[in-house]
Amino acid sequence: MKKLKITPIKDGTVIDHITSGFAVKVLHILRIPESTSSVVSVAMNVKSKIGKKDIVKVENRELDTKEVDKIALIAPKATINIIRDYEVAEKHKVHLPAEIVGIVKCSNPTCISNAKEPVKSRFLLVSDDPPCIKCYYCERETEDIAERII
Amino acid sequence: MDFKNRDVISIKDFSKEEIIYVINYAKKMMPYAKGEKHIDILKGKILSTLFFEPSTRTRLSFESAMNRLGGRVIGFADPNATSQKKGESLADTIRMADSYSDVIVIRHPQEGAARLSTEFAESPVLNAGDGAGHHPTQCLLDLFTIVTEKKKIKGDKIVLLGDLKYGRTVHSLAYALSLLGAELSFVSPESLKMPKEIINECKEQGPEPSSTSNLEKAVKDADVLYVTRIQRERFPDAEEYNRVVGTYKVDINLLKYAKEDLIIMHPLPRVVEIDPEVDKTPHALYFKQAFNGVPVRMALLSLILGDRQL
Repeated sequence: MKKLKITPIKDGTVIDHITSGFAVKVLHILRIPESTSSVVSVAMNVKSKIGKKDIVKVENRELDTKEVDKIALIAPKATINIIRDYEVAEKHKVHLPAEIVGIVKCSNPTCISNAKEPVKSRFLLVSDDPPCIKCYYCERETEDIAERII
Repeated sequence: MDFKNRDVISIKDFSKEEIIYVINYAKKMMPYAKGEKHIDILKGKILSTLFFEPSTRTRLSFESAMNRLGGRVIGFADPNATSQKKGESLADTIRMADSYSDVIVIRHPQEGAARLSTEFAESPVLNAGDGAGHHPTQCLLDLFTIVTEKKKIKGDKIVLLGDLKYGRTVHSLAYALSLLGAELSFVSPESLKMPKEIINECKEQGPEPSSTSNLEKAVKDADVLYVTRIQRERFPDAEEYNRVVGTYKVDINLLKYAKEDLIIMHPLPRVVEIDPEVDKTPHALYFKQAFNGVPVRMALLSLILGDRQL
């Protein structure tokens, strides 16, 4: 009998199909470990039908849409499974909205959105996969999105 | 075509038809811009000019345009004499200007400043340059100049020379010229090449631009040579600036290769890139181009603010 490396969770969120090597960045986006005291399991380089992938399981926490949007910026193929009482209650793919507000900092140091102005950063979606976003203010495409997550 | 109360942030805010409409309307403004005729269609209206960066032509021609239309102007040309010096945000400065005037013209060193200003102003905002971003009214006056001199833009061979990386005027201009069907050729030092995204935009709009480092060859069959200054203030370090400044120079020798009716344009100020001897030749059009800022800005202000049009 095969033994599971990561056991099923009772309640929480399973983020599956994360681009291999990006699990740590997903944890960073979710502010883990700072934001939770629950058990978090990470599996990296897991073999799957479409190649290697990473998986993150967060117990006792259901991700909200804003957090999911953030994940889509670095792992566009990820799927989110909300687990309630060991069953998959909801399953959906991450989806980048047409406009991304207050999540990413513009990579252009002279963009007005990086000055002390009373506005949130705002980006327009250029392409989903690979994720490409353009600052609404300075119109530059942002490089190293993962590093720019607020 | 409705321009009433519109913000003007980027040339991309205009369709091809709207650009042509503004150019034609600016032609009608010519006698008023020269002071040969008088008009007061903006009587009672106030323009705020907020210049957070130095300017000669843009600010003065906006002020001249507003005065020629019968309106009044308030504003500043030195941000150190404003509350920005005390740490006031741009948003708050805009709120104030908005309450004191009917239209705002802003120049700011940071990209996106004009776009941000629209969020805090009910009055229309006109971008007079935002860092390395956009300068749409310069673009319109450049197009106006070419149309006035060459009678058309479609099929014209236009060389853009100089700082094509940081130069905000050439980015807007390349896009608009492609939209209007010009054949573009880019000449620049290797480190100041036209950004890929601008070249891609040009391709999407019209003929594919060519790039070369050989100015003589590019000038040979050109109808328009558009020269830009290598901008010291946009360089991250002085060493890089010193390496490229003076790479190209437009002088009498270069003009031996040019067609008789080649026109030379420059958004000014120039430093070393055009020899003063060229000023005396019929090719030099840059001073006339600078004057054209008045009729074009009159046209825009009138279309955006005026209830009565010519």
